[in-house]
Amino acid sequence: MSEEYIVDVENMTIRFNLASEKVDNLKEYFIKLIKHELMFQEFLALKDVNLKVKAGEAWGLIGINGSGKSTLLKAICGILKPYKGTIRTVGTIAPLIELGAGFDMNMTARENVFLNGTVLGHSRKFMQEHYDEIIGFAELENFQDVPIKNFSSGMQARLGFAIATMVKPDILVVDEILSVGDYQFQQKCYGRMNEMLQGGTTLLYVSHDINSVKDLCDHAIWLDHGVVKKSGLVEEVAAEYMNENR
Amino acid sequence: MAAMIERINVLIQYKDLLRELVVRDVKLKYRRSFLGYLWSILSPLLIMIVMTIVFSQMFDRGIDNFPVYLLTGSALFEFVNSSTHMAMYSVLDNSALLKKIYVPKYIFTLAKITSSVVDLVFSMGALFLVMLVTRAHFSLYMLLIPVVVIQIYLFACGLGFLLSAANVFFRDVQYIYNAFTTAWMYLTPIFYPIEMLDKMEWVRWIITHLNPMYYYIQHFRDLVLYGRFTDAAIFWGGWLFSFVVLFIGLFVFKKTQDKFILYV
Repeated sequence: MSEEYIVDVENMTIRFNLASEKVDNLKEYFIKLIKHELMFQEFLALKDVNLKVKAGEAWGLIGINGSGKSTLLKAICGILKPYKGTIRTVGTIAPLIELGAGFDMNMTARENVFLNGTVLGHSRKFMQEHYDEIIGFAELENFQDVPIKNFSSGMQARLGFAIATMVKPDILVVDEILSVGDYQFQQKCYGRMNEMLQGGTTLLYVSHDINSVKDLCDHAIWLDHGVVKKSGLVEEVAAEYMNENR
Repeated sequence: MAAMIERINVLIQYKDLLRELVVRDVKLKYRRSFLGYLWSILSPLLIMIVMTIVFSQMFDRGIDNFPVYLLTGSALFEFVNSSTHMAMYSVLDNSALLKKIYVPKYIFTLAKITSSVVDLVFSMGALFLVMLVTRAHFSLYMLLIPVVVIQIYLFACGLGFLLSAANVFFRDVQYIYNAFTTAWMYLTPIFYPIEMLDKMEWVRWIITHLNPMYYYIQHFRDLVLYGRFTDAAIFWGGWLFSFVVLFIGLFVFKKTQDKFILYV
């Protein structure tokens, strides 16, 4: 039954410890242990979320800041473990990560391509085969041996996008990354994402730009304070979301 | 069993990442320095010269070829000291990445220890230079040096896993460990002979029973300096320390790693 879903999130709850002061040294830990104050001040970032995605679908995640969109993506990527419920995913996941998270600023673009590629789980050989393609897409031919710290944020974003989308993943996870970079490059990225969608990649897309969600996605899930408010076809969800937030 | 195979597969999948991280550490260490990798040989040599001048006056009677005696001890101790110190920060330093992508977290710790092995190999180069200069005897037993290196590598990995996990939850570990390694250094016969402690029975007992570094260094010196097999007790004791510490480190790391993301 569940085999037909490429992402299957069932009754998932994610809990954080919001304890007013974070205990990260031993003295406090023992004091609180003795006073029985180590109690959790729990915060449920997601409550009983269900999301079933079939292969080839494009889902937009919408909602106001702090509604749990990124938390949901992190759980799907396997970074956060659910407190309750289950997550099943099938196939490879390529996350489009925030600027520079996978980069070492002291190293050159060339070295970072290999570092970041292997962080994503590719082999070195695979990266060698695709190296020219990545640099070509990122339009950084003249800056291959320049340390990344001298790059503009747009250049870094281009490189990151090029590395993450070079391989055709089964699931592409995009978290509001395209806001950087110039218009021309944004169009290029949308083009690439559309291309991948046509090729059967599943997309999970977070953006505050409701129009780009409507353009790219066929389904949407609307989160509000950790609860699914509505999920289904993108037009219906987006219309209702726009209505509410007018 | 299936879980074990799964883990090995993941490690194989990420072996190139391990390689890239090690290469990065080695490359960045001496970037912008004039002498580059030569420092990995020069730096232990310079320290050895200073220490020899200072200490050979004090303990010269008991030790023949003091420079080699000192370098054999300090090379191994320096490896454990610097690799575990770097490993301690390995999870915290990569927190930005760990929050964004799923990567097996232990890769970063493993990479720090592994890149320190490169330094250890260089400092062995320094050791051989000194052996040449002091006309020390090169014996066939030196072919067994990799055994010691494997023992100490496993030990450092275990300690590194333990420290990197502990440091995520309690930043105090950094300061405690600094003091700890200082005490550890003085409680390891690096620049003094163990016989010097004959009058302090209990200190000697602690060192020869509870200090793993004593085992590795003694083993190493038997092979390099004295040209003989080490005692069975030193040999097996070394393996025992390696595997016990590795097991504890892996166990703690595995138990706590899912919570890292909430604390980094």
